[in-house]
Amino acid sequence: MNALKPKHQRLVLLSVALVALIGAAVLGIWAVRNQASYFYAPSDLAANPPAPGQAVRLGGMVEQGSLKTRPDGVTVDFVVGDGKARVPVVFAGIVPDLFVEGSGVVAEGSLRPDGTFAATDLLAKHDENYMPRELADMTEAQKREAIAETE
Amino acid sequence: MIAELGLAALWLATALAGLQLLGGVLGQRESGADLAALVRPAAVMQALLCAFAFGTLVLLFARTDLSVALVAQNSHSEKPLIFKIAGPWGNHEGSMLLWITVMSLAGGLIALVERRLPEKTLLATLAAQAFVGLGFYAFLLVSSNPFERLDPAPAQGLGLNPLLQDIGLAMHPPTLYCGYVGLSVAFSFAVGALLTRQVTPDFARVIRPWVLGAWIFLTLGITAGSYWAYYELGWGGWWFWDPTENASLMPWLAATALLHSVSVLAARDALRTWTILLGVVAFSMSMVGTFLVRSGVVTSVHAFAVDPQRGTFILVLLTIYIGGALVLFATRAGTIAEGERFTVMSREGALVINNVALSALLGIVLLGTLYPLLTEAFGVKVSVGPPYFNPVGAVFLMPMLAVLAVGPLLRWRRDSFARIRLPVLAAFAVGLAVLLGMWLIAGMALLPLLGMAMAAVVGIGSVLPLLGRSLRRLPLATLGMVVAHFGVAVALFGMAADSAFSIEKLVAARQGDTTEVGPWRVTLASVEPVAGPNWTALEARLSASYRGGAPSEIKPQARSFWAPPQQTSESALLTRWNGQLYTVIGGEADGDRWQLRLWWKPFVTWIWYGGALIALGGLLALIGRLRTDLKRRTVRARVAARRMEAVA
Repeated sequence: MNALKPKHQRLVLLSVALVALIGAAVLGIWAVRNQASYFYAPSDLAANPPAPGQAVRLGGMVEQGSLKTRPDGVTVDFVVGDGKARVPVVFAGIVPDLFVEGSGVVAEGSLRPDGTFAATDLLAKHDENYMPRELADMTEAQKREAIAETE
Repeated sequence: MIAELGLAALWLATALAGLQLLGGVLGQRESGADLAALVRPAAVMQALLCAFAFGTLVLLFARTDLSVALVAQNSHSEKPLIFKIAGPWGNHEGSMLLWITVMSLAGGLIALVERRLPEKTLLATLAAQAFVGLGFYAFLLVSSNPFERLDPAPAQGLGLNPLLQDIGLAMHPPTLYCGYVGLSVAFSFAVGALLTRQVTPDFARVIRPWVLGAWIFLTLGITAGSYWAYYELGWGGWWFWDPTENASLMPWLAATALLHSVSVLAARDALRTWTILLGVVAFSMSMVGTFLVRSGVVTSVHAFAVDPQRGTFILVLLTIYIGGALVLFATRAGTIAEGERFTVMSREGALVINNVALSALLGIVLLGTLYPLLTEAFGVKVSVGPPYFNPVGAVFLMPMLAVLAVGPLLRWRRDSFARIRLPVLAAFAVGLAVLLGMWLIAGMALLPLLGMAMAAVVGIGSVLPLLGRSLRRLPLATLGMVVAHFGVAVALFGMAADSAFSIEKLVAARQGDTTEVGPWRVTLASVEPVAGPNWTALEARLSASYRGGAPSEIKPQARSFWAPPQQTSESALLTRWNGQLYTVIGGEADGDRWQLRLWWKPFVTWIWYGGALIALGGLLALIGRLRTDLKRRTVRARVAARRMEAVA
């Protein structure tokens, strides 16, 4: 390669750089479309379920009276609803402090073949200023409606 | 009265920034010589006034003066003093004042000491610096006045978010701002060099300490931020690809690229236009980062107040500065003469590949960070996380690390691979052995496996430049490079080990129950209520023993703060050289059982040791460079003095 003239050497480097950057762009765009995890409301999940095992986020209200702890003391079952559909969720872990029945939650995880949502993480409203974006967008009326439906 | 003094100082500083801009622009012509003479004093005065304004805000917070709106909203008289003093930057207005203060201090320093560049280039640089500064002054004075009064004053303040009441975090914003502002200095120098068409090795030597300094602060900021997220959030993870984390990673990637291309320009007078472009990109990434975390387009503890006006303001500033600089670059880049040439197989060649890989990584992180915002504009909500960032990033990180192991061994301008074949092949052979060994023994997943092997290659490759050299005669800058590169290997090893070998246990335990997690046996002795200055908590008393050794007591807590009301979990850690035991207490499971979450994380601490080594390497290089600069300066002064004598 050292036999190449300096000008050609420059061309080699430039083309390597160009190919790498275009490669990065193509790979990035392809991957981000495939790997992004989409946000579902319970009714979306019922109408148009994602493939089992695919990482998604499920957001809605925790139904009153649905929260149960299993005998192991760390696995909880509850139902997330939006007034139109209900999805059973199972989660093993320490629930966020502000996670209570009748409040909003965003569950990260995937759908099991039996229709249960297996959550790997729960995001609840943290404090007045910090809440999952999807919940912030839910209007007060929607929240009341969701709670009223589940009572 | 104190608040009014601070505000007045801020207005005066703004006026001086205007003068600095005017003088810098008009001073480019002979007729503006009078104004040009004012530029340096204006920059110094502006720095003093800003420092004074910031000092008054610190004083207001220390005294909890509740008649100032900012203090009332963010402080509380019962808060520990150290957090009162750190209060000014725990909120939007104060942190913007801190930003402009650091920036004007940098400007003042340049005006005081920098004599290497042609005077016109320096004037253009200070004018650019003032132009950037004016935007932030306007932002402060128009939409985020930190000194606004509240009438009547409330009886008590609202307090600081308890997640932020942590000594490590009190230092986090100033660290990152020093990094961002250092890059703004590099940006101003790049604009000044473009305006006066003076892209020379001298230019590279002048901006190198700023870039190095900025890069050290960013490295420290990211390392500390990662450790904070690790122990404070109680999730056991050290990097979440959260937009706010990416906002600090992107300027770091750009600064790392800039740092390496500046070295090429300083040593070899090559990569002129590329270095200028990186100077613009690096500061752009700081601005994009600030926009992301401060505008409220992404929610996080950083988005203090979601205020669309402020987001728009930052976006407008970003567009003016970055757009303007890019237009300037597009029109001027063609007129910058091509630098020195070099072959592919050379130090420069390796550094170009490093720069390309870093740019690709930057693009990938930027895309993943902005993609959710883009899709949301079309009504689709997504989040992008590790399944995207990890594999796609690795595609470019791995080749870059391979080049990192080889590049420092190459000579400038032209070299042959045959000369360094032996040590390089040895390093890669060890890497391959690690790869095969780990795969056969531990059956690790692909990414941690590659990480582990690359850590070995980089670890060996990074110390190879020391071979056959006398340590005493080694330039400090070279030693810094070796230390920083070795730090990369250490951090990489920690990441790979943590992701491959972490063990997690989640249990509901009664008093006296023992849980095994990896080599640890953890017994729940009791759960007690405890209280602090502004919180109460449930505290678990755990006794943990490593491989049957003497037990140590650790106490994770679930805390409830009352101002503002919020709950946090305080994890408790036991650190050994080969990893950490990480414990969290959750809630009461039923009558007599408590939820415990335990992790054994082998070598996880090496991630942050590595980060600290990288920063230390930067610091050594910075000291080395500054010492050389000082020596040159004294030699120059001596030569000038002798000439004066000869004339006399």
